[in-house]
Amino acid sequence: MRQWRFEVFNRSGFADVHGQSVLEDITELGLDMVEAVQSAKVFLIEADFDESFARRVATELLSDAVCEEYYIGRSKAPAGLAKATLIEVHLKSGVTDPVAQSVMTALADMGVKTDNVRTARKYVLLGEIKQSKAEMIAKRVLANDCIEDCIIGDEAEPPSPHLKPYELEVLHWPIRQLDDKGLEALSKDKDLFLNLIEMRTIQKHYVDLGREPTDIELETLAQTWSEHCVHKTLKSSVDMSVEGEEIHFDNLLKETVFKATKDLDKDWCISVFADNAGVVEFDEDSAICFKVETHNHPSALDPYGGSATGIGGVIRDPMGTGMGARPIANTDIFCFGRPDMSLEDVPKGVLHPRRIMKGVVSGVRDYGNRMGIPTVNGAIYFDDRYLANPLVYCGNIGIMDKDKCFKNAQPGNLIVMVGGRIGRDGIHGATFSSGEMTHEHETIFSHAVQIGNPITEKKMLDVLVRANEAGLYEAITDCGAGGLSSAVGEMGQELGAEVDLEKAPLKYAGLNYTEIWISEAQERMVIAVKPENLAAIQKIFDDENVESTVVGKFTNDKKLILRYQGRQVGELGMDFLHDGVPKYSRKAVWTSPKLHEPSISEKDSYNDELLAILSSYNVASKEWVIRQYDHEVQGGSVIKPLTGVSNDGPSDAAVIQPKLGSNRGLAISCGMNPVYGDIDPYWMALAGIEEAIRNVVCVGGRFDRIAVLDNYCWGDCTRPETFGPLVRASQACYDGGMAFSVPFISGKDSLNNVFSCEDGSRISIPSTLLISAISIVDDIGKCVTMDAKKASNNLFVVGQTKDELGGSHYYRVKGELGANVPKLDLALAPRIASSIAEAIASGLVVSCHDCSEGGLAVCLAEMAFAGGLGIEADLRGLPKSKDCRRTDAQLFSESNSRYVVEVEPDNYDAFARLMLKVPFGQIGRVTEEKKFVVKSEDGGNVIDIDIETLKNAWQKTFDW
Amino acid sequence: MTEVRAIVLRAAGINCDMETEYALELAGTKAQRVHVNRIIEDVDMLKDYQIIVFPGGFSYGDDVAAGKILANQVIHHLSEAVRKFIEAGKLVLGICNGFQVLVKAGILPGGGAKRHQNEVTITYNDSGKFEDRWVYLAPQTGKCVFIEPGRRIYLPIAHAEGKVVVRNEAILDNLKSADCIAFKYVDKNGEEGDYPVNPNGSVASIAGLTDATGRVLGLMPHPERFIRPTQHPRWTRREDKVCADGTMIFNNAVKYVRENL
Repeated sequence: MRQWRFEVFNRSGFADVHGQSVLEDITELGLDMVEAVQSAKVFLIEADFDESFARRVATELLSDAVCEEYYIGRSKAPAGLAKATLIEVHLKSGVTDPVAQSVMTALADMGVKTDNVRTARKYVLLGEIKQSKAEMIAKRVLANDCIEDCIIGDEAEPPSPHLKPYELEVLHWPIRQLDDKGLEALSKDKDLFLNLIEMRTIQKHYVDLGREPTDIELETLAQTWSEHCVHKTLKSSVDMSVEGEEIHFDNLLKETVFKATKDLDKDWCISVFADNAGVVEFDEDSAICFKVETHNHPSALDPYGGSATGIGGVIRDPMGTGMGARPIANTDIFCFGRPDMSLEDVPKGVLHPRRIMKGVVSGVRDYGNRMGIPTVNGAIYFDDRYLANPLVYCGNIGIMDKDKCFKNAQPGNLIVMVGGRIGRDGIHGATFSSGEMTHEHETIFSHAVQIGNPITEKKMLDVLVRANEAGLYEAITDCGAGGLSSAVGEMGQELGAEVDLEKAPLKYAGLNYTEIWISEAQERMVIAVKPENLAAIQKIFDDENVESTVVGKFTNDKKLILRYQGRQVGELGMDFLHDGVPKYSRKAVWTSPKLHEPSISEKDSYNDELLAILSSYNVASKEWVIRQYDHEVQGGSVIKPLTGVSNDGPSDAAVIQPKLGSNRGLAISCGMNPVYGDIDPYWMALAGIEEAIRNVVCVGGRFDRIAVLDNYCWGDCTRPETFGPLVRASQACYDGGMAFSVPFISGKDSLNNVFSCEDGSRISIPSTLLISAISIVDDIGKCVTMDAKKASNNLFVVGQTKDELGGSHYYRVKGELGANVPKLDLALAPRIASSIAEAIASGLVVSCHDCSEGGLAVCLAEMAFAGGLGIEADLRGLPKSKDCRRTDAQLFSESNSRYVVEVEPDNYDAFARLMLKVPFGQIGRVTEEKKFVVKSEDGGNVIDIDIETLKNAWQKTFDW
Repeated sequence: MTEVRAIVLRAAGINCDMETEYALELAGTKAQRVHVNRIIEDVDMLKDYQIIVFPGGFSYGDDVAAGKILANQVIHHLSEAVRKFIEAGKLVLGICNGFQVLVKAGILPGGGAKRHQNEVTITYNDSGKFEDRWVYLAPQTGKCVFIEPGRRIYLPIAHAEGKVVVRNEAILDNLKSADCIAFKYVDKNGEEGDYPVNPNGSVASIAGLTDATGRVLGLMPHPERFIRPTQHPRWTRREDKVCADGTMIFNNAVKYVRENL
């Protein structure tokens, strides 16, 4: 076998866009000595072919004859030019290399069998670059040392990754004789992330059994009992002190979020908080399921891979719900530190926020787009407390037949693993994501980062849809956190299971039985198949080159038996595994912070404030991100994320048409405002809930068919003062769910989003609750968008504006927080939402926009420039509370329950009749002249700007 | 009336097959999605169809280059069958990734024999990233059966590698003189322009190509994504009567088959 090395460069005269973008990233780092970057693809192929065939491989397969040229062997740096530095980036041994797999497929099509293919990237940097700077560029721009190795200027190839096969050695981890210190040490040494009470519980269990546990048993318990998998904090009993008053919960989640759903008892909720995603009715035949997950810790270490596997993982949730749904939409919400932060302010072990943001967006883009699932909704939120713990929320919506919403695995069913192979990637992901990050995580936990290959997942989806239609399996679930251990453990919870671990297909030799069992290698599902259906289902898989393997069977003794080459390596009772986790009681405390309103003097003009808010990171246009996502694949796009006369205004929510032959639609939105939580997390949560609801209502979603999801991302909840806000937010979820008659159908939490810096200081994220909403649209033809439509139409504000500038963007651009956080009138808010929904359904509304971040001024400005029209507004027409007298409060207060609605003159009366029982007033009208003018109550023009200026301010921030 | 049968090719990573099948059925065909493995096993099955569509997606992850691995498969297993299909007067349509495959397999702009000395290819957008946006297209030829000359249409693109490039100026002149340019990117008034009018930097604003017969069309924009008025990005403005331009491509194909095959 000979190793062939191919290098592929761009032909001169054809742009090297990859090299150019690397150069931009280097310049952004503040390094100006690099004059040019040339990039090349490197292929290392071990095969028995000769020189002339190698040339064929190079011309026909690896390079493009028009715009590329190849070199067989190792090319030298270009002569006669400035000094060149060569840097090569290779994947670490064992990291998935999708391109290599495709090259092997293509070589097989050319009639060649290959032993091994690897790919790498080569960069030629021109300029006077010192070794230390080259290393910095390699580390900061070119490679991620979590998954890649850099070779600077060396001629040596990385070693070929042929690994030794594993030889069985059953390991016992003695626990019975350990004292508390020993228990804690064991948990820490083995990265189990189990606390002392859990270790004691396990110790007692093995004392009762009269034996020591094996490694795989403890690992299984650690995965199953991880915060990531069982949400022990949210299910704990809580003693809460609110401003000195004591409240007790036996089970926090059951008495707040779940309780709202239970008390509402909607007949259109099919499966809630039970399966991998929440399931609601769509129409007579179909159901919709929705799940949002976070992938925060992996994205902090490897933004691209972490976010890609985040979206890849959440797609498998609907695919593993009931008998499996077909994914139809993605949502993505991110929280980052400020992208313009100076490098010196970024702590050791943390990537720069701009690099994190670019990596996360690219990861979600490449995975979602390749899966052929439209990314239709999202948000990005910036706060420096997300610097070391970026939040990456990925959501997926699926559609399924209504009669296939439940699983039915039975004893005797075969356990079949479908999809990708198992590697050493993602070991301890579930436990790792449940712990706190430190500056050392970068190196220690690189193995917890999973690497995705969307095409493997797409192939698997294609065949699973066919197998589901043919009714060839009894149950399905995804292999996510915890790998096989969670998938088989969960599916066999009421049955029992036996698994022969050596049968599982591996990416490369050398994995021990525990690694096979807990690896979170991506793109795998587990199904339960009746023995008589095995041949038929495997034919479907084989037909499209999807690997499937019988790894065991379900039994009826409620035991989990793990074997390797016939020898038992672990045995656990399903009851202890799933119900043995000790119940926690936690303390929580909430005391209102001592805050006050800033003193800001009133002005005659608020043009500057409006422009500053429009350009602020949170409000500014996210078009740079949105356009990188395919939001129209599958052909169901109705309301796109960007809308208006130039296709660039900010939609409130997306609407898709899940079934191409039906006019029924689905509206999708989200709501979140962490800064309100700095004042009061109760009102933060209610504001998030209502914002999500307002957004789906604004585009034409039915008010009586809204379902929501909760995703908590919090700091260290063992601290009562961090947990208190979570309890308060949960109370708000109950109150909000009940008030709006909106059930929570699924949720997830990610706790311990704290970073320990080298100097011992800790950075905790702000308490962050994401609410995601879906609603049914009866007739997509009645949807509306937020862009102003026609001059001389009337503009109304529905809902009351109060003096509630606390946490507002107006205060933020002035560096203030304030105290008067927007509250919510739980009786009035649902009436307003329902009136708006009725007006839209009656066809009386031509545009509708949620009035939230930045208040009325931002809302009207966005409507104007999205519509390419002017707006004249008069604050005398604004419905407001008596105390809301200041002009800045009227313009920028972020009071809840407000909508701005555009109505044609002919429909004035009909619209007004529908609004009789809610606060509303005419704020102004749409004008031909492209100016946004607001008159104060005194009659002065407090805002007077042309819409181009407004739009430029809004667009320039992310004009990357 | 002739039953018009269309085959929509599936492969690992192809992801626009369902909506393409739906668009073909709306146009009156009996459409079927078939995996490339089935066709390779039994190339004779193509006899039963008059239209082959290579739909959009990321075949094999666009690894190595967009459409490259699937094109390699077509070259090694299907080139003869596709050549015969075209010679029999039948139609081939490649959308987005399908267009990339047709070009990289040497089916477009044609001349099969020269397949490995490609003169035309499709590479990375000048912007260096994937973009989803709507573009206006001006037809450039009267001979392509999918196109109505003179009718400017509006469709979405969604790609990272859509920039058509040629080896040299002479090749571009050949494309023009052989009437192979099917569509150009233009603005709403029909004028060529820089980004974003030409969203990827294609030479001569080329958005689509046809072959010598006019029965093969490849284009980067997605006609199957605009077959209902509510897919138009500004339908809620209700400014003009929105006509779903993508239907034109499929309807013309069906009309041609009915009248000629």
